[in-house]
Amino acid sequence: MGKMLLEVRDLRASVEDKEILKGINLNIGRGEIHAIMGPNGSGKSTLCNTIMGNPSYMVEGGSIFFEGDDITGMKVNERAKRGIFLSFQYPEEIEGITLENFLRTALNTVTGKNQSILGFKKLLKEKMQLLEMKDEYAERYLNVGFSGGEKKKAEILQMAILNPKLVMLDEIDSGLDIDALRIVAESIKKVKTEDMSILIVTHYNRILDYLEPDYVHVLMDGRIVRNGDSGLARELEETGYEAIRAEELI
Amino acid sequence: MAKTVINDIDFSRYNIKAKVKYRHKTAKGLTPEIVEEISYLKGEPDWMREFRLKSLEIYNSKPMPTWGVDLSELNIDEIVAYISPDAEKAKTWDDVPKDIKETFDRLGIPEAEKEYLAGVGAQFDSEVIYHNIKEQLEKQGVIFEDFDTALKKYPDIIREYFMKCVPPTDHKFAALHGAIWSGGSFVYVPKGVKVETPLQAYFRMNAPGTGQFEHTLIIVDEGAEAHYIEGCSAPQYSVSNLHAGCVELYVKKGAKLRYSTIENWSKNTYNLNTKRALVDEGASMIWVSGSFGSKKTMLYPSSVLRGEGATSEYTSVTFAAKGQHLDTGAKMIHLAPNTSSKVVAKSLSKDGGITNFRGLLRVGPKATGVKTTVQCEGLMLDDISRSDTLPIIEIQNDYVDMGYEAKVGKISEDKIYYLMSRGLSEDEAKALIVKGFVEPISGSLPLEYAVELNRLINIEMEGSIG
Ligand SMILES: Nc1ncnc2c1ncn2[C@@H]1O[C@H](COP(=O)(O)OP(=O)(O)OP(=O)(O)O)[C@@H](O)[C@H]1O
Ligand SMILES: [Mg+2]
Repeated sequence: MGKMLLEVRDLRASVEDKEILKGINLNIGRGEIHAIMGPNGSGKSTLCNTIMGNPSYMVEGGSIFFEGDDITGMKVNERAKRGIFLSFQYPEEIEGITLENFLRTALNTVTGKNQSILGFKKLLKEKMQLLEMKDEYAERYLNVGFSGGEKKKAEILQMAILNPKLVMLDEIDSGLDIDALRIVAESIKKVKTEDMSILIVTHYNRILDYLEPDYVHVLMDGRIVRNGDSGLARELEETGYEAIRAEELI
Repeated sequence: MAKTVINDIDFSRYNIKAKVKYRHKTAKGLTPEIVEEISYLKGEPDWMREFRLKSLEIYNSKPMPTWGVDLSELNIDEIVAYISPDAEKAKTWDDVPKDIKETFDRLGIPEAEKEYLAGVGAQFDSEVIYHNIKEQLEKQGVIFEDFDTALKKYPDIIREYFMKCVPPTDHKFAALHGAIWSGGSFVYVPKGVKVETPLQAYFRMNAPGTGQFEHTLIIVDEGAEAHYIEGCSAPQYSVSNLHAGCVELYVKKGAKLRYSTIENWSKNTYNLNTKRALVDEGASMIWVSGSFGSKKTMLYPSSVLRGEGATSEYTSVTFAAKGQHLDTGAKMIHLAPNTSSKVVAKSLSKDGGITNFRGLLRVGPKATGVKTTVQCEGLMLDDISRSDTLPIIEIQNDYVDMGYEAKVGKISEDKIYYLMSRGLSEDEAKALIVKGFVEPISGSLPLEYAVELNRLINIEMEGSIG
């Protein structure tokens, strides 16, 4: 098995017959943290969703390899079982199912083992404390009536419980207040094992200051137009995307 | 692999076709001779025989309903109205013939009785084959009898109440019921007596091409309380079966009655059932209804709130799969001041199934200070299924506090994707969404029935019965 956890090769994808991703190449090694930045509508969420396997996004060309296997045509749940996790930009609300029951079901499914109810309760409590979430959230219906920030915390809680190999964080930092951002960022760091890789989509440097990405990529109009280290993120903060766009035109 | 819902789905348990001996079986169709034959076999008093014949006349005079479900394929002339198993009514399960007992064993009835029921009645085709009530309740004066026995033991009460709440003139199938009713239960709970554990009746149609027309009459006297549960099922045949039961409930001053139904008729059954409660001053009537089976259903349990301060709730789940058209709803009729009602109806449809919620809310001119809410929600699991809501609201005074909400929609692809991204298969994701959708109802059922409800939902989701 190679060093690469994820290899995206010349990936092209469309939604509703509109081409969004126009040839993406991206390699993520084990344990690495990558950040993707880019203007609104450039295709960042589309990339995450295509890697996750959302059936609304049609792969028109190229391929996705995970741990050396071609997963391009694989179902969403099979990818999840292999260890791919997406923290959604807009998590869904599911009525009638408590966060706790849902997470136990998900963990049972992903691991293929039935957790004991008590053992799971303990695990959940521990991870909720890490995220400074009140116990009562375990009994609430999944994301129903959660504030924007609470939903983001619940996504990280799911990540902490499911312990995936590749975590994609799609704007985990939007809608979080300063304290929540710190708690979320620090818990991501605590949950992250040496082998776990992270792909974080963000518009802001603040979370990158916490997570210290190894690589930063700039996505514009469906293409990765720049690769760099965290210095690139700081540069963008000053110059904005216009400068890059101007360069691209030359 | 992990399951989102209860694991042990025994698909076959509803579909057992018991080979039993029958004692009497009338010819197909409906004639005065057949009606007389039924009455004769039962050794009924004259008034009941005349009642039946009169009902048959009413039946013949009324046209088939042209609203609701399509009944054009229902041919009453092909239905056997009366078929009695070769068995005496037993008071212990050991006395029930083996082949019949086996069916009920597999449905879990004797076991349930031991564990958490106050009494059980079991009907096999046209006759009740088992009826028993806990001794202690009997001592308190509670009556729980099969209907034929009740007619013999309590002729005056039966004559006073029988088909007074739902008269044969009400509609065509009420008239049909009046003519050929057979079996069912009679319950009387004396003043102030509170029956804490449920009484259950289980109705099983076993023979193909037959009808079941059981009659249920429950009187909960002043200040008394009871919970009655009925379950129904039948094996699958290619010919049609007909169920046209009738339920009459009298909830007297300050009394409380909860009536729960889990219906799983086979998918060749026409279920044209009438249920009505007369609710007196300060009394409470609660309906809980799960409709899963049948080919076509028309069922509209109604509460007539005729005493001041009477209340009623109706909570239902209706699930229509391939080839099913289930037209259900609640009628809340407010005739007295300060009465209140609450309707929560959830319906699911998949593989081309159709559900209609047909609600009636009527508030009479004298019923001031009424509080009422109606909430109905339909969830379609694919593009070929249908779900509609057809409310009728008639309010005849200005002093009413009403809330109304109706929502119909398709299951969300985004929600399915979200759950799948956490490892659930598409089917598991759908099952979880459905389970959450009906949670307000399964959460309000006693545990054993919530389990049964989940089991039925699982079966429907897997689509492998019928
Ligand atoms: N399901 C969809 N249906 C129609 N268009 C879509 C859909 N998903 C994405 N798009 C379109 O694809 C383009 C890229 O969207 P995407 O959500 O990937 O952008 P983004 O880079 O994540 O933007 P943001 O920073 O605003 O989150 C946009 O033009 C968007 O309107
Ligand atoms: Mg986005």
